[in-house]
Amino acid sequence: MREITYAQAINEALRENMRRNSRIILMGEDIGRYGGIFQVTVGLLDEFGPERVIDTPISEAGFVGTCVGAAMTGLHPVAEVMFIDFTTCAMDMIVNQMAKMHYMSGGRGKVPFVLRTNIGAGRGAAAQHSQSFHSFFMHIPGLKVVTPATPYDAKGLMNTALVDENPVMFIEHKKLFITKGHVPEESYAIPFGKADIKREGTDITIVATHALVQKSLNVAEEMSREGVEIEVLDPRTISPLDREAILNSVKKTGKLITADEGCVTGGFGSEVAAIVAQEAFDYLEAPIMRVGSPDTPVPFSPPLEQFYIPDEGSIKDAASRILAYQ
Amino acid sequence: MVLSKEKKLEMYGKMVKIRSFEERIVDLYARGLVPGLAHLYIGEEAVAVGACANLRDDDYITSTHRGHGHVIAKGADVRSMMAELFGKTTGYCKGKGGSMHIADVNIGILGANGIAGGGLPIGVGAGLSAKYRKTDQVTICFFGDGASNNGTFHESLNLAAVHELPVIFTCENNQYAISTQQRMHQTIKDVSIRATSYDIPGVTVEGNDIMAVYEAINKAVQRARSGKGPSLVECKTYRWRGHHEGDPNLGERYRSREDIKPWVEKCPITRFERLLLKEKVLTKAKIDQIKETVKKEIDEAVEFANNSSFPKHEDIYQDVFQEEMGGSR
Ligand SMILES: Cc1ncc(C[n+]2csc(CCOP(=O)(O)OP(=O)(O)O)c2C)c(N)n1
Ligand SMILES: [Mg+2]
Repeated sequence: MREITYAQAINEALRENMRRNSRIILMGEDIGRYGGIFQVTVGLLDEFGPERVIDTPISEAGFVGTCVGAAMTGLHPVAEVMFIDFTTCAMDMIVNQMAKMHYMSGGRGKVPFVLRTNIGAGRGAAAQHSQSFHSFFMHIPGLKVVTPATPYDAKGLMNTALVDENPVMFIEHKKLFITKGHVPEESYAIPFGKADIKREGTDITIVATHALVQKSLNVAEEMSREGVEIEVLDPRTISPLDREAILNSVKKTGKLITADEGCVTGGFGSEVAAIVAQEAFDYLEAPIMRVGSPDTPVPFSPPLEQFYIPDEGSIKDAASRILAYQ
Repeated sequence: MVLSKEKKLEMYGKMVKIRSFEERIVDLYARGLVPGLAHLYIGEEAVAVGACANLRDDDYITSTHRGHGHVIAKGADVRSMMAELFGKTTGYCKGKGGSMHIADVNIGILGANGIAGGGLPIGVGAGLSAKYRKTDQVTICFFGDGASNNGTFHESLNLAAVHELPVIFTCENNQYAISTQQRMHQTIKDVSIRATSYDIPGVTVEGNDIMAVYEAINKAVQRARSGKGPSLVECKTYRWRGHHEGDPNLGERYRSREDIKPWVEKCPITRFERLLLKEKVLTKAKIDQIKETVKKEIDEAVEFANNSSFPKHEDIYQDVFQEEMGGSR
C-alpha cells in the first residue's frame, strides 16, 4: 500500500470531500497561496479557487464565528486555527456559540463545522505556540474532539468529520505532520467514539493519544522482550470516548497507564483514570499512572523542552512503578 | 526638529546594532545554534529606533513576535538577549521564553509577544496604571498591519480613547501578515485612518525615514505625557527576510526577489547615514568605527551566550508562580 504523510492524508480527505460536496469551504490564515504553515492545504486554492479557500485576516474570533454562522445557514466550513494556542482568541465563538447552538435552539439550529488546529511542543516555539490543551474541549458538552495519531486515522476521521452535522474540533499534532504511514487511496471513514487497539497485550493497558501512541508502541516492543505484553489503545476521539473499549482492556490487564501530551492536572488522562476507577475498580491490580506534561507552561530552552515532552522514558517509568507494585 | 549630534549618533548606533544583531541571528539560525522561531527585523530599524528615541527609561513598550529591534531600541542588553535566544540561564528569561518573549520590566519592556495583537491591551493597562499612579510615563504599543485586524486592536484603541490614556499605538505596516498581503487582509491602505473611529489623532509616515518616525511619535508622546490621551501612528516599511527564518527563500511562496529589491534600495540605515554625512554628524571613518564597535559587542554577546549554561531540568518548575506575598505596601 502507498505511504503518505499525516499532512497529505488530511489534505486528501479535504480535497475529496470538497470535490463531492460544494458546501464545504475552508477558512484560515495563510491557507491559500502559502498552503497553511504546516502545508496541510497545499494545492486546494488552485483546485477550488478563492471562494472556497479563503485566506483570512488575523481575526480568530471573527472567522471562527463566521464559520458558525455559515454552518447554520447551509455551508459546511472547515477552519484552520494556526496553533491551538490561538483558539483562545476565539473562545466565545467555540464554547458559547458553536458548541451550544444546537442545544440552545432546542435542536433546531445545527452547526456542521470542523475546526482544525494542532497541539504539541518540540519546535522551540515556546509557551504561546506549543501547548496541548485539547482536553479543554472535552469538558465542553456539544463538541466532538478528534485526536488522530496516524496518517490512516487522520484521513478516515476527517472523512467522518465532514459528514457529521455537528461541531468537530479536529486536533492534529504538529510533530506528526511529516510522519508517514499506509493510507488507502480510496475513501473510507473511521467512526467517532471507536477506539483502535494499536497493539494487543495482556499485562498493562496504555490509553495513548497523538504522538504518544507511537512512543507507547515503541515501549511495548521493548518490554515485550522482557516478557511484559502491553496493550496500546488509541481512543482516536476523546469525545465521544470509547469507554467500553477502555474498560474491556483494563478488565483484561488489570493495569492502566494513560499517555497524553497535555499537562497532567485536569487532563484527558485524569478523566480516563476516573472512569476506570469508577467502573472497573474491582479489576485494578495496581495504581493508575498518568503520563503527561508537567504542570508548567512550555519552556523555550531546548533541554527544558525535551524534558517537558513526555517520551518513552516517561512511559517506561510509569510501567516499572506499576510492575513494582505488590 | 533639532536633535543634538549625540542623540543622532546614538540613534544611528542603535540601528546598526539591530541590523548586526539580526544578521548574526541569520547565521546562527542557519547553523542550528538558535532554535525555534526567529522573526527578524531587518529593514524596519527606523521604526523602533525613531519611536523609542522619544522615550525615557521609565516609559513602557509592548512588543511583538518580531521584537528584537524594539527591545534593543528601548535599551535591552544584547548579551542577555543572545543568551536568551540560545536558551541559556543567563538570558533575559532564564531561557524560558526565547525570541518571542523577551522582557525586561526594569527598563519598561513589558514583553515581546507570541500572539499577534496580544500586546495592545497590555499597553493600555500600562497606560491606565501610569494615569492612576499620576506619573507622566507613556507607553508605546508596537504591532503589525496584520495584528490591526485582531479585535484587541479595536478594543484597545477604544478603551484608551475613552479613558484618555497615555498610549502611542505604533503600527508597523510592512504590508504583509506572513504570506497575506495587506490588500488581502484589509480594504484600507492606511491603518491610521482607523483613529477616526475612536476620535484620536492618526497619522501615517514613511517608516524608513527615521526622522519622520521620530517627529510623529514625538508629537504623540507630548500629547500623551500632557494627559491628552492616545494616538495612532502608522509607519510604512517592509521586511527583507522571510516571515521567520525558515520561511523558504525569503518568502518566495508569496513574493519575488523583484518585490524585495526596491525596499532594499530604500534601506533605512543607508538613508540616515546619508543624512548624517551631509550634516557632518558622521564621517566615513566614524561609520567604520561604529560598525566595528557594534560587531565587537555582538561577538561578545555570542561568546557570552556560548559560554553560559543551559538550565537544569528542575528549573522547569521555577517561576510558574511568584512565591513572595504582596499585600499593602
Ligand atoms: C492571534 C494570532 N493569530 C495568528 C498568529 C500567527 N502569526 C504570527 S505572526 C503573524 C503575522 C503577523 O503580521 P503583522 O502583525 O503584520 O506582523 P509582521 O509579522 O508583519 O511583523 C501571524 C498570522 C499569531 N501569532 N497570533
Ligand atoms: Mg506585517
